[in-house]
Amino acid sequence: MAQSNDLIIRIGGEGGEGVISSGDMIAQAAARSGLEVLTFKTFPAEIRGGYAMYQTRFSHEPILSEGTGFDVACCFNQEALDMNRKALRQGNVLIYDFPGGDIAGEQNIPGIHCYPVPMTKISKEELATPRSKNMVALGAIAELFSISMTSLKETVQEKFGKKGAEVVEVNYKALDAGAQHVRTNIKKADPYQMDPGTPKQDVIIISGNEAVGLGALLAGVRFFSAYPITPATEVAIFLARHLPKFGGNLVQAEDEIASLANVIGASYGGVKAMTSTSGPGLSLMQELIGMASMMEVPVVICDVQRGGPSTGLPTKHEQSDLFLAAHGCHGDASKVVVSPEGVEDCVYLTVEAFNIAERYQLPVLILSDGSLGFRTSSMRKPDPKKIRVENRATVSGNGEGFERYALTASGVSPMAIPGTPGCAYISTGLEHAPSSAPRYSAENHTAMLDKRFGKLKDLEDYFPATEVDHQEGAQLGVIAWGSTIGTLREAVKIARAEGAKVSALYPKLVWPLPVKALNAFGAKYKKVLVPEINKQGQLAKLIQGETEIRPISYTIYGGLPFSPRQIADKIKEVLK
Amino acid sequence: MTTATEPLKAKDFKSTVPPTWCPGCGDYGVLNATLKAFADIKLDINNTVLVSGIGCSSRFPYFVKTYGMHTAHGRVLPVAAGVKLARPDLRVVAFGGDGDGFSIGGGHVPHVVRKNTDLTYILMDNSIYGLTKGQASPTSQTGMVTVTTPYGLPDNPVNPLAYCLTYGATFVAQAYSSKPKIVEDLVKQALNHKGFAFVNIISPCPTFNKINTFDFYKDMIEEIPADHDPTNLQAALAIALRAKQGKVPVGLLYKVEQPTLLDRLGEIRKKAKASPDYDINVIIDDYRP
Repeated sequence: MAQSNDLIIRIGGEGGEGVISSGDMIAQAAARSGLEVLTFKTFPAEIRGGYAMYQTRFSHEPILSEGTGFDVACCFNQEALDMNRKALRQGNVLIYDFPGGDIAGEQNIPGIHCYPVPMTKISKEELATPRSKNMVALGAIAELFSISMTSLKETVQEKFGKKGAEVVEVNYKALDAGAQHVRTNIKKADPYQMDPGTPKQDVIIISGNEAVGLGALLAGVRFFSAYPITPATEVAIFLARHLPKFGGNLVQAEDEIASLANVIGASYGGVKAMTSTSGPGLSLMQELIGMASMMEVPVVICDVQRGGPSTGLPTKHEQSDLFLAAHGCHGDASKVVVSPEGVEDCVYLTVEAFNIAERYQLPVLILSDGSLGFRTSSMRKPDPKKIRVENRATVSGNGEGFERYALTASGVSPMAIPGTPGCAYISTGLEHAPSSAPRYSAENHTAMLDKRFGKLKDLEDYFPATEVDHQEGAQLGVIAWGSTIGTLREAVKIARAEGAKVSALYPKLVWPLPVKALNAFGAKYKKVLVPEINKQGQLAKLIQGETEIRPISYTIYGGLPFSPRQIADKIKEVLK
Repeated sequence: MTTATEPLKAKDFKSTVPPTWCPGCGDYGVLNATLKAFADIKLDINNTVLVSGIGCSSRFPYFVKTYGMHTAHGRVLPVAAGVKLARPDLRVVAFGGDGDGFSIGGGHVPHVVRKNTDLTYILMDNSIYGLTKGQASPTSQTGMVTVTTPYGLPDNPVNPLAYCLTYGATFVAQAYSSKPKIVEDLVKQALNHKGFAFVNIISPCPTFNKINTFDFYKDMIEEIPADHDPTNLQAALAIALRAKQGKVPVGLLYKVEQPTLLDRLGEIRKKAKASPDYDINVIIDDYRP
């Protein structure tokens, strides 16, 4: 049988019946055996009930996105089957709980390999452990597609070892029973088979939200305050465990206003500080983002975007906070917005966010999103020795003539950290003179606004994270931001393989826009396409306003990411 | 500046910025008495941060020589908490008014209180919004006529003392700006308290509050009896509720020692085996599949 190099397995069922945990385990096990993995999950905002889905993509090469559709669907119940039946394509595999489960009858779908696995029945009757249904399914999946059973069992041992040998044994038995059922009853006719690979030493598997936390630690964060909010809470969960080990303090604030207030106070005190939130929290933070900008206090805010406005779609995917991040706050507030494309970026871009905040003394927002935050992905182990960390300019002298907001050539004024003798000053949200004393004169307000915006004049050179993928003869350039970048990279590959000539730009800096890079890119192509996941075409509109480019906006807003196929088709349509 | 041998004076802590308050404002009394308290405890100018919100009284930090932050309306406590939690070595004192503390910022008070956050909070209560020229505040009396309440204020006032006591404050006192000795003494005690210390100072606004004037308070101020046991919460609450009888109790209502937020965060770091040399590779390796 031919080996696959790209396999997507989707597990669907009711929230609470182990869909998410079984997905986690199969991803862990595959990464352990040496495969690259990238996961994608959707689940209802409710804790129990409703449809939950966990999809894992396996490959021997680095994976760029969730992919297009899936190859294998494993359905725990009728609802999952109904949800996924239409998405099945020729040659796909359907594994379903039958007989004895919730699914009504035997499935015979033309062109689809349908494998009934009586997960409920085996777990209930054969094993007398009804809750091990998901492990029976995992055993069957492992057997069918050569996912390493050894790795799976090691993962089980790691996950359940603390609960005792008995729990581990129950899960082993369920895995074996699922595999045994396949060996005895199923005649494999599908083409999917993964070579488990060889274990790699330099790989970690981590979620996007955890990766942001790791990046913060690598940057030297020592204070963190946040309020729980889906889908950002895991950033706080990660740091709650780890930050105290470095002597840092983490607190759960009473709301997002307080969390950013805490962070501003901490950073004024000279300590690298951060908060994380999602759209509703970012809305609440606006006034204080402006204050941090006015006071020139470095702060980092990670916004893991979700569907909005209002409570919106708390567990669904959207990239719709760009306007708020770029243009929020009353008044003219200078700030920087960066957006990571994948899990690895979540680590390194968070470090960069701190570097930018420290260098320019202002708020830096990291726009992640729900599918990226929840995604677990394998990535190369970061080497802390190779991380470049920048610290703010400070004064150490006796304060002779110290002016906190001195007008300098760069626009950046060295800070006095409390404790520095003779440099005491009052940081204020009022417009202020170089000395920091309130001053409202026309000349002063003009000079200070010019200072606060002018200090960013070399940002694009300092942070040139705008990659160009140019193809000779291309008439079309495509620009995406955030996690859509990974999807676009794959779409470009597909479109080129299908004969399209297309180039792409991948900006990680999304505000202020990297205008030089954008204009240089835009000048090369007749048309520029901007796919993004929001209603208004937010990046397209910013580009329209700030550059020479007149982009074609391509938006979807259904709570799901693009598939590479979707963008590839759009590329071909625009080129027609 | 005085030499080390001379006792420090209020003026040693006074900045060159002249107060922006109206003539006759109660806040002058608070400032002078507080500067004296700073002198009494030999406050370290370079290692002190005064944090305020927005309002007349929130201009306070400008008039003192220390580090300071003049923040956003209602956010004095969480900003001050951030400074203190990141820099436990600093002394952090929060200042503000009744609107800043108990209206727009009222949602923060229960939390800094219940956490016993290591802060001193000095509130100047004039029962009016002065900076916006005379609107009802959260401590204004029911029925008060102001520009925004021309038919009389329909709301009942909050009781700042009872508010803090019921959420578990470990230090609650009230003073009156026209009794500077009491202000100085209570502020000093608050500065020396370990944990969250709240001093509510009645500080009349002669410009915009024509009801709660110095005259108005003359017969209402009552010093807390010397035999009051400040560790007795019930007794403290009873004193706080004297407001219902039209009385303004002045003195120390309540003071107990309890673990502070910094104590508890210290315990967390101990449990986490904190070390400045902690190797991040240990965490990274934990994510190997």
